[in-house]
Amino acid sequence: MKMPKPDSGVIAKRAQIIKAMQAIVPGEGVITDSNELRAYDHDGLMAYKALPLIVVLPETTEQVSAILKYAVHHNVKIVPRGAGTGLSGGALPLADAITVGLAKFNRILDIDFDNRCVVTQPGVTNLGITQAVEHQGFYYAPDPSSQIACSIGGNIAENSGGVHCLKYGMTTNNVLGIEMVLMSGEVVRIGGKHLDSGGYDLLGVATGSEGLLGVITEVTVRILKKPETARALLIGFPSNEAGGDCVAAIIGAGIIPGGMEMMDKPAIHATEDFVHAGYPLDVQALLIVELDGPKAEVDYLIERVDAIARQAGATYLRISETEEERQVFWSGRKNAFPAVGRISPDYLCMDGTIPRNRLADVLKRVSELSEKYGLRVANVFHAGDGNLHPLILFDANQPGESDNAEKFGADILRYCVEVGGVLTGEHGVGIEKRDLMGEMFTEDDLKQQQRLKCAFDPSQLLNPGKVYPTLHRCAELGRMFVHQGKLPFPNIPRF
Amino acid sequence: MTETLKPDTADQVLDAIKWAAGEGMPLAVRGQGSKEGFGRVVDVPHCLDLTGLSGIKAYEPSELFMTAMAATPMAEIEAALRQNNQHMAFEPPDLGRLYGGGNAKESGATIGGAIACNLAGPRRIQAGAARDHFLGFNAVSGRGEVFKSGGTVVKNVTGFDLSKLLAGSFGTLAVMTELTFKVMPAAEKTRTVLVLGADDSNAMKAMAAALGSSNEVSAAAHLPIAAAAFSNVSYVSGAGKSVTAVRVEGPGPSVEHRCRALAELLKGYGAIEELHSENSGTLWREIRDVRLLADGDNLIWRLSVPPANGGDVVARLGAEIGGRVFYDWGGGLVWLSMGARPHAGHEIIRAAVAAHGGHATLFRAAADVRAQVPVFEPQSDALRDLSVRVKQAFDPKSVLNPGRMVEGV
Repeated sequence: MKMPKPDSGVIAKRAQIIKAMQAIVPGEGVITDSNELRAYDHDGLMAYKALPLIVVLPETTEQVSAILKYAVHHNVKIVPRGAGTGLSGGALPLADAITVGLAKFNRILDIDFDNRCVVTQPGVTNLGITQAVEHQGFYYAPDPSSQIACSIGGNIAENSGGVHCLKYGMTTNNVLGIEMVLMSGEVVRIGGKHLDSGGYDLLGVATGSEGLLGVITEVTVRILKKPETARALLIGFPSNEAGGDCVAAIIGAGIIPGGMEMMDKPAIHATEDFVHAGYPLDVQALLIVELDGPKAEVDYLIERVDAIARQAGATYLRISETEEERQVFWSGRKNAFPAVGRISPDYLCMDGTIPRNRLADVLKRVSELSEKYGLRVANVFHAGDGNLHPLILFDANQPGESDNAEKFGADILRYCVEVGGVLTGEHGVGIEKRDLMGEMFTEDDLKQQQRLKCAFDPSQLLNPGKVYPTLHRCAELGRMFVHQGKLPFPNIPRF
Repeated sequence: MTETLKPDTADQVLDAIKWAAGEGMPLAVRGQGSKEGFGRVVDVPHCLDLTGLSGIKAYEPSELFMTAMAATPMAEIEAALRQNNQHMAFEPPDLGRLYGGGNAKESGATIGGAIACNLAGPRRIQAGAARDHFLGFNAVSGRGEVFKSGGTVVKNVTGFDLSKLLAGSFGTLAVMTELTFKVMPAAEKTRTVLVLGADDSNAMKAMAAALGSSNEVSAAAHLPIAAAAFSNVSYVSGAGKSVTAVRVEGPGPSVEHRCRALAELLKGYGAIEELHSENSGTLWREIRDVRLLADGDNLIWRLSVPPANGGDVVARLGAEIGGRVFYDWGGGLVWLSMGARPHAGHEIIRAAVAAHGGHATLFRAAADVRAQVPVFEPQSDALRDLSVRVKQAFDPKSVLNPGRMVEGV
């Protein structure tokens, strides 16, 4: 993975930059010691590490604004960072960039039950929001598996998902407003406690922009009342096809479950060995379907899903009768990543989304590729929305295996795109999938996205080297080739 | 005189925009024109009529998406969805009556227009707006370049989410030629619980209680007596009182259970009634399409505010309005109509909204009024400058719908 060449001029001015940052962020908010910097040298994408020039931990919007103003004025790059749990390398430091960590923005500012929203600083964890409102029976719906650690600001940067986003939406569908500092240091507030923001939907593009458009300093999210009850079915199938058919049939029947997760045989075995959830070991695919809502609805839908599953050829079927049992059903799936971590020194988690009806086909291809590369793979799948997480098992200490695993992953993602899917459903592009963007987008598609980047950050100093494979200067992107003198639309009917 | 260009293919759209960009000739971008009264008037000599780009391209019910050409009539899309018991969950409004002066004509709205205006009906509070259901598109930018974004799958974070940006951009950034959007199963059953006689302030509390319960309310509206009188549902117009309406949808047993729970929860706010499928459907269409205010040619304002503060904003306006008001989105969407007045009363209205946060849109007014008064909420300097740069990033020569949203942009 090639990152932009560090600017030696900036590195040479490190002492000066430290001094300037210390003037903006007093106390211990400027980290310069190389041992301390090491804590920031990677995010959730463990394969890539780099020491930042320095780390600054501001505490106020004014400080963030002052840092960015300084950076633009002195041509210093900025890498924003939430909790550093992202899986695609979006917060990977650069040797010539200031990593701006938002960890000290850790206060919830306003809990408004009447308007069903929470105003918070971006460093608060995803779970922290739910914990702040659950005494009244409310929760924040998007639930990435890192929710105990990941920050809400990072969730917005990545447009994080989770097992419940089929029914309740991704982060973007649950954010009402943000305060964001542009690279120029200007502070913009978009949206608020009202439901839609006026003008262009800049909130919508800022969400999922992977730290390329601005630094988020405040967030308003909507909260929901917890469903009255939830029950789950654990359903085993003799083939991936039968499992896929069952998923399609459930949705075809007009049922949108709160969660619908599938695991293939290797994933079932790895998780069962780890947590002993009582999963059947003689099935090829295992589906967890969770229904939530009023008890009358859940009981009714459980019966319908039960009938659909039998019709689809289920060979194993259990329905949770208690809350404990429901939790046990989930325990394996929720521990799928660490379970796989137990059976392999390293693993790579892919994140493509595919049309649901291509699941069996894609899994077949994944298994062919597994043979080709000589690497094992376990698949977990957000079946309801087609988001596939193949976990590629490898050993980084074996020469060539890391490279092979990456090539294997890239081949899977290429196939996802080929069948009509996309490179990433919830983890983001970051650096991990950056060089695959051309598989999905044309040069013109990518240039138009980068022009949007230029509207927010003409200096291109904010998180460079992420998401887009080729850096173009904004002036170059803005140039237009006009077609004057061409006969106007000879083929177009005119009235 | 206006010259109309009517492309039949995406390639011809590209040719037209290349020409426009090359010559610096602005285009008024138009579908069926059903929402032409929404936004500022685009007064330019050339019109790009997209009605030649029509038809459903892909629809797979079990994949929960549809792809259609930009000017595909909503009626055609809705009919195809109905056959599979599906719908667009954001309840796109049909504003034919509103902009047609209350005449009974249907609008001929198109999918491109519905997304470009990012409108949503009562289910907004549960299912989101058009932007939340818009998965991807093919388009031609004002630079005269074809580009796409998004895809057909519901979960996708690959690159910037340009779909969000184009939803609600009123054709000022790019001309979408093909759109892909989410479709969802329609509910098996729908019922509405009515609370009669609550004043505005109590109605906000009743709706907050309903929306803050675990009954999965899919719509909550409050019709003060003057607005309720315009309903075609006799239980509503004949109540002789204000009507607060709360809708639940889902499987039969669940709907009945939740109706009972809501009736119990809300009984302290007034007498309880219940509307079943047909009446319930009629009432929510009237609310969605703003029919309760559509008659005549009054000014109509649309205020988006924190839901619990809808009543406060109206109370602050007090006697200034002198027209009819009703509330959707649990109080978060205030519709108000009023007679002609200097500058459409925008300063008074916007000051009242600003006190609680939110924004006001002059939703219906004569063209000359929309030319003088900012139709959309004026933005802070930094946000306005950013929006101008975004416009330039897509349409540097300002050839697409110039001035439709903001004068001079």
